[in-house]
Amino acid sequence: MGPGLSAQTIWRWTAVVLVHLAVVLVWYLAVKVGEVPKFVLASPEETLLSLFDTYPWFHNTMVTTAEIFGGYFLAVVVGVGLALLFSWFHTVDNLLMPLVVSLNMIPKVALGPLIIVWFDYGIQTNIVIAFSISFLPILITTARGLREVEPDLVDLVRTLRATQWQIFVKIQLPGSLPYIFSGMKVAVVLAVAGAVVGEFIASDSGLAYLIGQVQVTLDTAAMMMAVILITLVGVALYLIVLGLERLVVVRDARVETV
Amino acid sequence: MTGAPAARGEPFIRLVGVKKVFRTRRQEFLAVSDATFDVNEGELVSIVGPSGCGKTTLLKIVAGLHPHDGGTLEIGGAGSDFDPARDVGMVFQQPLLLKWRRVLENVLLPAEILGLPMGEARERARGLIDMVGLAGHEQKYPYELSGGMQQRAAIARSLVHDPRLILMDEPFGALDALTRERMNLELLRIWEQSRKTILFVTHGIAEAVFLGTRVVVLTAGPARMADRIDIDLPRPRTLDMKTHERFGSYARRIYHLLGVE
Repeated sequence: MGPGLSAQTIWRWTAVVLVHLAVVLVWYLAVKVGEVPKFVLASPEETLLSLFDTYPWFHNTMVTTAEIFGGYFLAVVVGVGLALLFSWFHTVDNLLMPLVVSLNMIPKVALGPLIIVWFDYGIQTNIVIAFSISFLPILITTARGLREVEPDLVDLVRTLRATQWQIFVKIQLPGSLPYIFSGMKVAVVLAVAGAVVGEFIASDSGLAYLIGQVQVTLDTAAMMMAVILITLVGVALYLIVLGLERLVVVRDARVETV
Repeated sequence: MTGAPAARGEPFIRLVGVKKVFRTRRQEFLAVSDATFDVNEGELVSIVGPSGCGKTTLLKIVAGLHPHDGGTLEIGGAGSDFDPARDVGMVFQQPLLLKWRRVLENVLLPAEILGLPMGEARERARGLIDMVGLAGHEQKYPYELSGGMQQRAAIARSLVHDPRLILMDEPFGALDALTRERMNLELLRIWEQSRKTILFVTHGIAEAVFLGTRVVVLTAGPARMADRIDIDLPRPRTLDMKTHERFGSYARRIYHLLGVE
């Protein structure tokens, strides 16, 4: 697509905004018409106003953001790095890939308490939890992408006596980019979940920690605001990844996920 | 034309009793048995046969991708300067263009791999894109092109490093019948313009006769070479030659060899 906004793009983004506003409207009506008690479901404006309460919103949002982004960044580096290693060394691939598949089956959330025992609690621990939940999908999809090379294409460049490195740089790596991004998009959601789990189990700051704190006083509005903020951090990360994908992956090659 | 002295009477490619056996743990499978034929420089030789008769394998042996298990294969004649890395261009049934590269960049791939001077290669690539009828599409991505246009780009790519030999493995097999006819005519034009030697594998008998200066017929089960037929039809070839009596008799002979009556 060329520079500037096409009518189709404008329409799509208008639809995105409208759908979200519709949800807020339904929420508003449900509270007003249904006369739901405030501690069960706070109205949209009460939720928004909770930002002016004395809770350290900014600090907690920064902590959670650091955990999500940190864990996610680690997951991308380690996931893609290991996948490259697997594709270069077949023995490593044969030995470790089955292990990776088993590891993927572990409900990583259940590891949270253990990780806290090992790393003590705090931001760094929650980064580790976010990382451990989100790196496997990146590793698995990247490894798959690196394997998906058209055999005839390899034959074609082999007649030209292409080196292994040329095949990797010119064909394998660019060909795997759509897969890497598909894994990265899945991993965003998981990194967010990982940070939240860490904060729930043991932590002294962060938005999920705040949820635990205000739950005691039944401040539903603040709880909902915290959920919204966590979601926004996740959406921001997702949009960054999406933008990056648009920059490096040609439209036709993109793998559609969510 | 390189005007190598080897051209004097000596064929460009000579296969004598070339054999290929694939071995799995359990069994042996004879893919090519006793392929014997010559290809002169500048010829377009069709290799025709049913699926699984080993014609792709034969092509890959000539390309140097598979070793052969018996017989002799000589390319370029004795003492010639044939360089297997630089002098072979390939076209497959699928265009195999890199999705993330534009047409021009796709055509340049062999030049990059061989480390040719890129300025010159770029000039050459533009000329070839012109010749295959894709002028104006240099900056498009493969997904913006039709199947026939993608295959044209693949042909341009096979020519960019100026190889002496082009190997084509059912290049028009995935195209619709009409596009295929058109591409046949285009290929003949490109061949006459570029003066390359072409080995053209197909399972289309009419296509083989229409294109070839010579047709090599392979049969399946057991894989073997059935015959070599010189095609004596006037050039340039036109589509109405397909209704000629001589065209029909060549085709009938091949049908007969392949056991289709």
